[in-house]
Amino acid sequence: MATQSLIGTKNRAGQVVADAWKLLHEAERTPCFYTGSEVIKEAVRRANCDVMIAYPITPQSEAAALIGELFAEGFIGDYFRGESEFAVMSQCAGAAFGGARVFTTTAGPGTMRAMENFPMWAGARLPIQMIVTCRGINSPLSIQPDTLEISYLLNTGMLVWHAETAQDFYDWILKGYMVSEEPDVHLPLALCCDGFFVTHTKDVVNLTPADMCLPPYDPYRSPVPCMDMECPPVRMMRDPFVMKSNYISYATHASWQQEVWAAIERSRKHTIRWLDGLIEVDRPDAEILIVSSGTAVSQGREAQALLEEDGIDVGIVKIKSLRPWPGDEIREATKNAKHIIVPEFNVTGWLAKEIRATIPDADRVYAGPHVCGGMTMPPEVIAADLKKHLGLKSESLAGRGS
Amino acid sequence: MSTMYQVLRGPEHFLPPAAASMGIRLPDPGQAHIHGKIVNEDEAMEVAARQFLSAKVPTIFPGPLVLWAWNEKAAGKATAIRHLYETLKECVTPSQQAMLIPMPDYRPKYPKINPEIEINPNHPNLTIWHNKIDTCMFVGVHCHQANLSLKIIRGGTYCYTIAMCAQAGHEDAMVSFRDATADKIRKLADWVKKLKGSVEPPKD
Repeated sequence: MATQSLIGTKNRAGQVVADAWKLLHEAERTPCFYTGSEVIKEAVRRANCDVMIAYPITPQSEAAALIGELFAEGFIGDYFRGESEFAVMSQCAGAAFGGARVFTTTAGPGTMRAMENFPMWAGARLPIQMIVTCRGINSPLSIQPDTLEISYLLNTGMLVWHAETAQDFYDWILKGYMVSEEPDVHLPLALCCDGFFVTHTKDVVNLTPADMCLPPYDPYRSPVPCMDMECPPVRMMRDPFVMKSNYISYATHASWQQEVWAAIERSRKHTIRWLDGLIEVDRPDAEILIVSSGTAVSQGREAQALLEEDGIDVGIVKIKSLRPWPGDEIREATKNAKHIIVPEFNVTGWLAKEIRATIPDADRVYAGPHVCGGMTMPPEVIAADLKKHLGLKSESLAGRGS
Repeated sequence: MSTMYQVLRGPEHFLPPAAASMGIRLPDPGQAHIHGKIVNEDEAMEVAARQFLSAKVPTIFPGPLVLWAWNEKAAGKATAIRHLYETLKECVTPSQQAMLIPMPDYRPKYPKINPEIEINPNHPNLTIWHNKIDTCMFVGVHCHQANLSLKIIRGGTYCYTIAMCAQAGHEDAMVSFRDATADKIRKLADWVKKLKGSVEPPKD
């Protein structure tokens, strides 16, 4: 295989091309104290990317700017700013059609503005990686953390992962390419995190060596040809046959859509291998479980400790991948639970709805607390909500002076 | 996901599901699958060869990855495919008709395809119906296009499908190999030769 034969050679920046598994599991790690944005930069430095396309929108702007520095240092093949988020995502498609490994970042309203492109990326089988640093999407304008935009990505045909920490983010950017570029997968990845909480806080992150990088993308393993104006999907829009209203045309389009979702299913085995499972479970025998994704998991851990002080045993289920959805894993992890609480940073509680649709006896699921608009979610609130749900007495946390 | 689903000869449904969505998993290196069940490669070789020998119109559909001699590997595979086709012709009875019909590209054909000379992934059923093909093998077709075709074939035709895939294989075929090389294609030809005369030809 062409990619394998390049291991040990040097890339354009003089980095040694490493076996990806060894790079991520065996290479020496150096602890560094970085913001999440800096961590994105350091992961991209090692990702052997061909193209990064940027557009400023808080809270991903800093990461996008930092990757510009990587371009100046020779680590990225090409880097430029698009006219808008829609333009950026279209340009990403063009680069990926041409056989490039592509990276971009977006957030909140930017994600929504570019939305038309995401099912197109998936349908065109383009393994673009897009970092989504989630923020509010509604009016009145909010730049604060809010994960509602993830729910819009869940049915685009993209892989969707939700990182909890900067360390997750670092590792998953690199692992993400390894999963999404598999020929039986070959889909775009939306790698999400909670904006500001992850991007603008500092944490200790263990980095792989800066002089080693991923193997380059090999477009000849793609399940579709590189850009060809005469072939679907590019030709779809101008070809009378495929656009015709008849059974054959419909069957082609239906089979095409099914194939995208089949590819998500195929990503399951690769995702399990690279992420060490689609979920992580702490205390699986507990009768009360906090099930969540992103930084709500971190808050859940703190709540777990508070509840333990009160003699209440609580387990934690961290959902790492939302697409592919860990249905079997969640059913297994929750089979003994009597109460399942799902804290979320969004107004609709979309994760709780997904979990309810997955498990038997869905009335075990308590959707909440779900804060939004940038509100924090103190662990005391999770603990108090859980106690209230159990019929136990808890202190009021919102009032003053009473 | 555990599954009871089997990838069987159609016509299956107005819109058959993608086998991957029904819990069918791709084989690992060294393996193949038959009707969605993971088996060792030799077992699948024998089943594929028997299927060719028992078909009225066993057909190979070579795709653009092997047709245009765009590198040495492609040319080597094309030679091996020609060898498999010649072997099939030698090994079938006069009542059977082995065919080799290319999928030269993926362009939708307008105003209509000529099903006697080519197959297209957007409407493979037309070529299969026209030529009364009851067993076919895809080789050298990009994976996405092959899966598109295999589902449509399973949905609307009686054709038995075999995939000789250079990548990870195809759940939507009834028999699928992975990591195809010229040697693997020649090995299938050897199986056809080995089983010649031991498989009952189709009845009229």
